Amino acid sequence: MNAVADAIVASEGLSRREFLRRLQAMGGLLLVADGLHIVKAADAPKYGAEGMEHGTIDNPLVFVMVGDDGWVTIIAHRSEMGQGVRTGMPLIVADEMEADWSKVRVQQAPADEVKYGNQDTDGSRSTRHFFDPMRRCGAAARMMLEQAAALSWNVPAAEVHAVNHEVLHGKTGRKLGFGSLAKRAAKLKVPLPSALRLKKAEEFRYVGKGNVALIDGHDIVTGQAQYGIDPWFKDMSFAVIARSPVLGGTVKQFDGKAAAAAPGVLKVMQMPAPVAKAAFHPLAGVAVIANSTGAAMAARKLLVIDWDDGANGTYDSDAYRASMQESAHKPGKVVRESGNIDTALKAAAKTLEAEYYIPHIAHATMEPPCAVARIVAGKCEVWAPTQAPQATREDVAKHLGISEDNVTVHVTLLGGGFGRKSKPDFATEAAQLSQALDGRPVKVTWTREDDLHHDYLHTVSVEYLKAGMDANGKVSAWLHRSVAPSLVTLFNPKADHESGGELGMGFINMPYDIPNLRMENPEASAHCRIGWFRSVSNIPHAFAVQSFVAELAASANKDHRDYLLELIGPARKIDPNSLQDKWNHGESPQRYPVDTGRLRGVVEKVTQESGWGKKFARGRGQGLAAHYSFVSYAAAVVEADIDELGRISVPRVDIAFDCGPQVNPERIRSQLEGAVIMGLSLAMFGEITFKNGRAQQDNFHQYRVMRMNEAPSDIRVHLIPYTDWTMPLGGVGEPGIPPIAPALCNAVFAATGKRIRRLPIKDQARRSA
Amino acid sequence: MDLKINDHTVTVAADPDLPLLWVLRDLLGMTGTKFGCGMALCGACTVLIDGQALRSCVLAVSEAVGKNITTIEGIGASAVGAALQGAWQEINVPQCGYCQAGQIMSAAALLQAKPQPSDADIDAAMSGNICRCGTYTRIRSAIKQAANHGAVTK
Repeated sequence: MNAVADAIVASEGLSRREFLRRLQAMGGLLLVADGLHIVKAADAPKYGAEGMEHGTIDNPLVFVMVGDDGWVTIIAHRSEMGQGVRTGMPLIVADEMEADWSKVRVQQAPADEVKYGNQDTDGSRSTRHFFDPMRRCGAAARMMLEQAAALSWNVPAAEVHAVNHEVLHGKTGRKLGFGSLAKRAAKLKVPLPSALRLKKAEEFRYVGKGNVALIDGHDIVTGQAQYGIDPWFKDMSFAVIARSPVLGGTVKQFDGKAAAAAPGVLKVMQMPAPVAKAAFHPLAGVAVIANSTGAAMAARKLLVIDWDDGANGTYDSDAYRASMQESAHKPGKVVRESGNIDTALKAAAKTLEAEYYIPHIAHATMEPPCAVARIVAGKCEVWAPTQAPQATREDVAKHLGISEDNVTVHVTLLGGGFGRKSKPDFATEAAQLSQALDGRPVKVTWTREDDLHHDYLHTVSVEYLKAGMDANGKVSAWLHRSVAPSLVTLFNPKADHESGGELGMGFINMPYDIPNLRMENPEASAHCRIGWFRSVSNIPHAFAVQSFVAELAASANKDHRDYLLELIGPARKIDPNSLQDKWNHGESPQRYPVDTGRLRGVVEKVTQESGWGKKFARGRGQGLAAHYSFVSYAAAVVEADIDELGRISVPRVDIAFDCGPQVNPERIRSQLEGAVIMGLSLAMFGEITFKNGRAQQDNFHQYRVMRMNEAPSDIRVHLIPYTDWTMPLGGVGEPGIPPIAPALCNAVFAATGKRIRRLPIKDQARRSA
Repeated sequence: MDLKINDHTVTVAADPDLPLLWVLRDLLGMTGTKFGCGMALCGACTVLIDGQALRSCVLAVSEAVGKNITTIEGIGASAVGAALQGAWQEINVPQCGYCQAGQIMSAAALLQAKPQPSDADIDAAMSGNICRCGTYTRIRSAIKQAANHGAVTK
């Protein structure tokens, strides 16, 4: 580690390992963090799962239990937040071991990465990183069951094979169920990886089929599913906290007498002094603990708190936007360059420039942050809807001053995650409150106001683009400046440039065939907690680039689809290093090059399926956008209808998606359907603004998210099919989001001639008279 | 006070102004009904009061005394509720699933009132229930499937 990284570690009080983990949690910012090479040059680079803290585990004794009763229990060690990982991952194990899915139970692992391998559920990585280890796990379990049967019958193992929860001896027709083999199999040696026989693709029963129901479906629809907000004990207390409205603020003094006297209130207390760096630490605040959450919420209104706002008390998002715009029009740190942009712009027959703005966006998970904790005999148990189990365990231990061994983190279902629940400040709060109550169980619940006021928000960004074209409208020069506070500021408040990972999200790794280009990243500072929101910096980068390409096409008077394909250029596999992207989503540049053929493929597919080029009456139109992120390729066509009052409706969205082979296509479709809705939602309504350092939106009446009457009734997902399971998998949870907002704005332009460069759209589609 | 919840009478000591949501969740441990906004904006806390879909986060518990309270834990006892729960699973509606209890309760009230709802009816009944994961198209399909199923069994 170099000196700067060391300084961050020292100032943060983190071990080197913790520092690496937190950077990784941002989506695998592995090698380059804010330009800091935190892995020594001598260290061989590790990619994919092996580059993640604690890597992968493929031991069947860790992940599979076969009961005498024949029930197979498979451990899910990644967090379920709607992406379907509790179904999709065990399904891989079950298939390889020839288990019958109807006799499979899934059990959630507690936080323990040494035992289970990496558990950070973000970066669209779970299936991509654990498909192979889970296959090996299942295959090993199958072979142990087969061997147990062979021993029982005293026949060579080669003569038996497992089929659908039984092992058969072909010669004699004898069968033994998995249950009756369980005890014997468990005593056998786990086969070496080199000895494993994996299934052939045509033997898959569940993988690639999309034929199994959600493992938690029944519990969810009957109200039995356990989220982080649901653990309940008879002697439990319920807390809400009034937190500093400004990042870095502290409690000067407070009067809690009226709150303490309110019905049901047990205790009013100041939270422990906050840690200077935001990281995943709780904010300063005053807690009200009562015999119900409702009582605590009512009493909190009676608190009188005198806050010291600190340095961020003047943060004003309008003023900040103006300052970012100013930066965007001046040269900044060059982060990628090829050819000679200045000469090319001078020589261009025509130039075009545009500036785009994307505001802070809140995650607004339907289950707000919440957690339960209790401490018995010095051992703390936490129940939390966390995307980052291990970081939760480490943080709780550190804040309580106990060892990690004395902290158990039970990972519940997450009522939405989207990156918010990668930051377990809420779990630490519950543990601190339990500690203050001598270990009694406490549930802390964030109200919706708390959630919107104190989120780890999506960054705010100004993107400036300028292009030069030749006489035929072909792009010869491309200048892009991206100005946005970095999420690295959570750990190093002085960071003032986008990190390698943020730059590599659709900015510097833009793969278009343009001879002269320069990407610049001017400085920007953070004044609220900046976090990662589903697809992260791809949102502003894709919005700007995909809007700008449509503007260029219109300016050249060419069809947008044809123009985009020409810009992408011929099919080729690009080494991300040649794009000056050292990050590449943490994946090997050889195994995961940027494949413009696949990018072309999704553009061609989605335009074909959506009937691109259809003629519409004025007021209705189609918009296109394509984007590569999380090593997957997505393209969308949005059909928008704008009425006389400028109100937008979206009758139909097509999205084509190429993530390589698809383990559970049913959940991939649902993820993309959801990404379409979330993308439209942020494009039309999503914005958190600040005045005097305080977020201005309180609840869903001010922070609007898409509702059923506004949602497209027709979403068509087109998956690019593959049968080669040796091909590396792409991410799924996030890459559907980035193309949606620009596709919508391009549709609004097609329908009305109105170009929207500032999100959210709100009433900007209103036609001028 | 006595509350009639899912056809059982329970006695609970609660501040009469406390929202029903917290009586269910915190005092009785019936956690199927969810908290989402506290202002009747998102529908996660929807329950049926005498068959009508209401937001329990803004309903004082005293208002529910003497009425039939139905929650997600009890809705499966009705034909409509069971049909909805079945359709929800067949179509794999949920993503995270957190809002789905409220969605099903709103859908149940809709189908009780209108066994064959139009798209406009579905929009009107369901637009008070937010799903941040974006399962709306599947919710719509599941309501229609349950409605068709209901028509067959009646």
